[in-house]
This record gives sequence, C-alpha cells and structure tokens, in this order.
Amino acid sequence: MTDDILVDIQDLHFQYDGRPVLQGINMQIPRGKVVAIMGGSGCGKTTLLRCIGGQLKPTGGSVRLESHQVCKMSEAELYRLRRRMGMLFQFGALFTDLSVFDNVAFPLREHTNLSEEMIRDLVLMKLEAVGLRGAHALMPGSLSGGMARRVALARAVALDPMLIMYDEPFTGLDPIALGVIGRLIRTLNDALGATSIMVTHDIQESLLIVDYIYFLNGGKVVAQGTPDEIRASTDPFVHQFVHAEPDGPVHFDYPAPSVLQDFLPGGAHARAA
Amino acid sequence: MPGPLELVRRLGSSVVDRIWRLGFATRFFFAILLHSGTAFRRLPLTLREIYFSGVLSLLIILVSGLFVGLVLGLQGYETLQRYGSTEALGILVALSLVRELGPVVAGLLFASRAGSSITAEIGLMKTTEQLKAMDMMAVNPIARVVAPRFWGGVISMPLLAAMFSAMGVFGGWLIGVVFIGVDDGAFWSQMQSSVDFRYDIMNGVIKSVVFGFAVSLIAVFEGYDSTPTAEGVSRAITRTVVTSAMTILALDFILTSFMFRGNS
Amino acid sequence: MNRTVLDLWVGFFVALGLAAVLFLALKVGNLSAAHLSETYVLQARFDNIGGLKVRGPVRSAGVLVGRIADIRFDPETYQAVVTMNIDGRYRFPRDTFASIYTAGLLGEQYIGFDVGGDDKMLQAGEMVRMTQSAVVLEKLISQFLFNKAAEGQDSK
Repeated sequence: MTDDILVDIQDLHFQYDGRPVLQGINMQIPRGKVVAIMGGSGCGKTTLLRCIGGQLKPTGGSVRLESHQVCKMSEAELYRLRRRMGMLFQFGALFTDLSVFDNVAFPLREHTNLSEEMIRDLVLMKLEAVGLRGAHALMPGSLSGGMARRVALARAVALDPMLIMYDEPFTGLDPIALGVIGRLIRTLNDALGATSIMVTHDIQESLLIVDYIYFLNGGKVVAQGTPDEIRASTDPFVHQFVHAEPDGPVHFDYPAPSVLQDFLPGGAHARAA
Repeated sequence: MPGPLELVRRLGSSVVDRIWRLGFATRFFFAILLHSGTAFRRLPLTLREIYFSGVLSLLIILVSGLFVGLVLGLQGYETLQRYGSTEALGILVALSLVRELGPVVAGLLFASRAGSSITAEIGLMKTTEQLKAMDMMAVNPIARVVAPRFWGGVISMPLLAAMFSAMGVFGGWLIGVVFIGVDDGAFWSQMQSSVDFRYDIMNGVIKSVVFGFAVSLIAVFEGYDSTPTAEGVSRAITRTVVTSAMTILALDFILTSFMFRGNS
Repeated sequence: MNRTVLDLWVGFFVALGLAAVLFLALKVGNLSAAHLSETYVLQARFDNIGGLKVRGPVRSAGVLVGRIADIRFDPETYQAVVTMNIDGRYRFPRDTFASIYTAGLLGEQYIGFDVGGDDKMLQAGEMVRMTQSAVVLEKLISQFLFNKAAEGQDSK
C-alpha cells in the first residue's frame, strides 16, 4: 500500500437491523483527489461516509485513514482524528441558534485557543472563500438553501482539514447554486491540499469536478473509473445512471412478492391480515 | 379483535418497553454527569441555559404564584372563618405553599414552559443533523448541548419554586390582610411560629431540587432520544410534559411520605 | 442576544431566587426568631397527652422556652414519656409543674411550665416530677352531665 492512499477501505460490511446495507466495499481514495461515490437513493452511500468518519461501527471489514484503523478507535482518539476532518451535511446542519459568523467560528472556538481577533480574521477569510463575507451577521434561518450550504462548507473547512466529506452537497439546489458549490468543492480541495469524498447522485455536475468515481449498488461497488472512463463506459449500470434511464439493472420498484401473489385471493394479502 | 393472550402480550411489551427507556434514561444521566465538565468550565454556556429556562419562566411563575396565593387566601379564609380562627390564615397559606404547592406547581409549570422547549430544541437539532454535525466536528453533543441545558434546568427550578412560594405568601397576605382585614401581626406571627425552617422550608427546597433534576433529565432525554422527524419531535414534547407531570406527582408523594411522616 | 444583557438577566434572576429563599427563611419561617441554638433535655410523664405533637411548643409564662423532641409510650407504667428540648438560657426549679394546655378552644396543645419555689434547679436529662395531663373534652363533658344528673336527683 503506497502512502498516496489516504483512505483505504477493505471488505466493509454493515448491517442495519439485520438488513445488509454494505456488503464488501473495497475502495482506495488517493491524497489530494476529489472522489465521488454515486448510486441511487438508499444504496448505502451515506452509511459508507458515516463509517469513514467513525460515526458508525461496521459489522465487518476495515477503514484505514492514514495509519489509523478508524473502526477500532476509542471515542477520544476518534475525536482527535475528527479535528482534521470536515463534513458537509445534506442540508448544511448549521446551528440555528448561532449567526453565520459564530457557526464558522464554532470549530475554531471549540478546538483552538486563538484570540478573538485571530478568529475573526480566519472566519472572514473562510467566508470570503465561499463568497459570503458580507453575510456574516445573518442568522441561518434567513439564508437560502445554497447560501446555507456555502456557510456550512466554510465551517467544514474552518480548521483546514485533511479530509473533507460531502453528504449530498447538491440536493435541492438550483442549477446556478449547484454550479457554485461544485466549483467551490474543487477549488477549496486544491487550495487546501485536502482530499475530498463526495456522496452524491448528481452525475452531470460530478463528472465535471471529480477525479474518480465509484458506483455503488446494493451495497457493493459495481463500477469505477475517471470521468472520461465513465462517460465512455458501456457497463449497463453506468449507462443507465449517466443517461437517467428508467430501465436497466437498477429497479425502480421496491422488492415485493409477485403481483399474482399480492392480488389474488389467498395470496400475501390474505396472509398479512 | 385481539384475544386475551394478545392483550397480555401487549401489556407485557409496553412494560418491558418502559423499563428499557428507564434504563436508557439512567445511562443517559450518567453520561451527562460524565460530560458535565464543559458545562461548568465554560460557564457562559450554562448561564445562557439558565436564561432560557429560568429567566423566561419568571413571568409565568410569578403570576401563577400570585394567583395561587390569592385563591388560597380566599378559600382558606372562608374555611377558617367557620371555626373563628382566621389568624391561622398565614399558617395555612405558608404551609401549603412551602411544603406542597410551591415545588409541585412550579415544577409542573417549569416542565411545560422550559422542559418542552428544551425537548423541542434538542429534538430539532437532532432532526436537522446539528448534533451529528457537532459530533463530526469532534465536539461531544452531550457535553456541549445536553449538559448545559440539564444543569441550567437543575439550577433554575429551585429558584423558581422559591419565588413561586414567596409570591404565593404575598398573594395570601394581600387577600387576607389587605382586602379582608385579618390582623397583620397575627398573620405573620402565627405563620412564623408554625413554619419551621429546617422541617418545612428546607424539605420544600429539597423537593424542588429533586423535581429540577427529574424534569431536566426527562426534557433532555426525550429531546435526545426523539425520532428525528417533525412528528417524532412533537411526540417527544408531549411525552416530556406528560412524563414530567406524572413523575413530579409520584416523586412528591414518595418524598412527602418520607419527610412528613406522622408527626405534626 | 447580547452577552452582557444575558448575564444581567441571569444575575437578576438568581438574586431574585435567593431573595425569595431568604424571605421564606426569615419572614415565613422561624429561622430568625425562636431558634433554639443550645438546648438541654428534660423529660416528663403524663397519664394522657391528648393531642400533643412532636415539635410542639413548651411555654413558661406564655413564652416559648423549648420544643417537644419525642413522645413515646412506657409499657411498664402505661404512661406517656415526653422528651423536651429546653432553651439553654433558662433553668427551672425542681418543683416545676408541667401541664398540658390548649391554645384557644381548638388550637394546638402545648406544655406549660408553672414554676415553683425550690432553689434547686432541674438538671439536663432529669424528669419533671409534677405533671398534669391534658384535659380531654369528652371526659369534661361527661363529668359535667353526670354532675347535672346527680344534682337533678338530689333536688327531687
């Protein structure tokens, strides 16, 4: 294993209430790259991210981050490690009782002993990077979805993390805000020399900004490659995903007994009653 | 229609469920104690919560206390008048307030005013993933969010109960002495000779401290444990108010039977 | 919310709460008055204590001089043994008479000390020899009725 690999995931399994969510994920995320993890809704993308951050303990396999085995760490060790991680949650997860400024200052105040002037400079710098320096006095409630996401991004990079994780950063954004966020993810990653993992199902935007893409389906990696490889791929799953086709290996319907069983008398319906 | 066996099974499962929750709440309580360092090291965090649960409950507590005192004065006078011992009005008002009504009614008001808002706030923070985000930022949400609110409630509650009682005594005095014309000196001196500091007032304070712990724990636990949906949070708030009320009344009975056993 | 304003409110709140406790302690309770700091113990036996309660007052010449600490039943003499905490500032002669009185018609019952003329004083832990039991209203009434009846018979 070379030192270029920041996150190394080996044969990761995770079960939720006995239902397998992840079934043997193998993934290598190189330093300095932006990697996207894609798949339909409910395929275990967010679960995977939680396992990398140590918020969920996998039922099998391992996650290595630098030289740390994330799954075997104590809470105190995890907390030390997480100071060097940033995470952008699906809807930003800004602290609604704090102003934009205080939100971005939050990790700095919690983890450093910097003076208020230093914090002020740092916060305004981070806000400037996402183009919201002028909004520092606003409360999160008065921000639009895209602005909230950018503030959350500034907060996630406040401590200059080595690893930034994005959970569905594009959900519910208009095309302009979406493009802004996409570009920010790329530029912040390169400016900070960080590594980014992005969980998303927005294929078109991702193809423009990422270095490598993993496709997940049914808790397994089904395809991977650089954006160019993905575009050219003839894999039926990737093809269906890239071109958003209703028919293909991914089923639209939730698994169910056959129609005959459910609708005929004496079928599943009668049994359930 | 479920059969009798099914009914018994449901009863059993609801009992087991409750005991589970009690166990979780107890574990949660110890987790709060374990992570209380931050709440006291960084006092502004707790002061802020005292503001939200204490200062903002001030008005409702003072007004309710006054009215309860007025009613006690009026009703007590009506009854005492029949036995010609209206000077005992002070005793009646003070003892009912200090021993029972102060801690209990203040506790109930506190649960519905401050407890519900604590549950709502923590529940919504959970729903909007703020707690998870905090956890990912290497900040323990129990230390940063739960413990300050818990201690804020624990500190506020006895103070509110004392204010309630004091306001109630004032209300009783207002009705009895100012409006009806019971002798001022008799009102106070009878009260002072019958209300014992250690026995009556301290026991009342102990009650309010216990209620403060109970209501604050219930409020933060229900919030932290709520299902992260709008419906889940609203249910958690309801549970906070209902469970707090029942817990206060049950604890009050237990404490009273220990404190004021037989004598007097 | 501004930090200073918040701190001010919290300070105001805590001060008000402590003032309420102080009010309860001094004005409502009896912490200031009649707080028996140093006490000594006296005991007395009564045939009937009526409605006497623990923590009830002990008075002499109407002044509170102590409180009742304990009441128990002595199975050998079939009497009630009352233990009292008496204020250390006061001493009573050995021929003090301890009686149970009622404050008002329906008021609480208390022990009253009627002081005698002995020059020896009661020491801590000693027994007050002379006692008078509580007046039981029912007995009084039945006695009164009995006397009336007897009078009626005499006049016939």
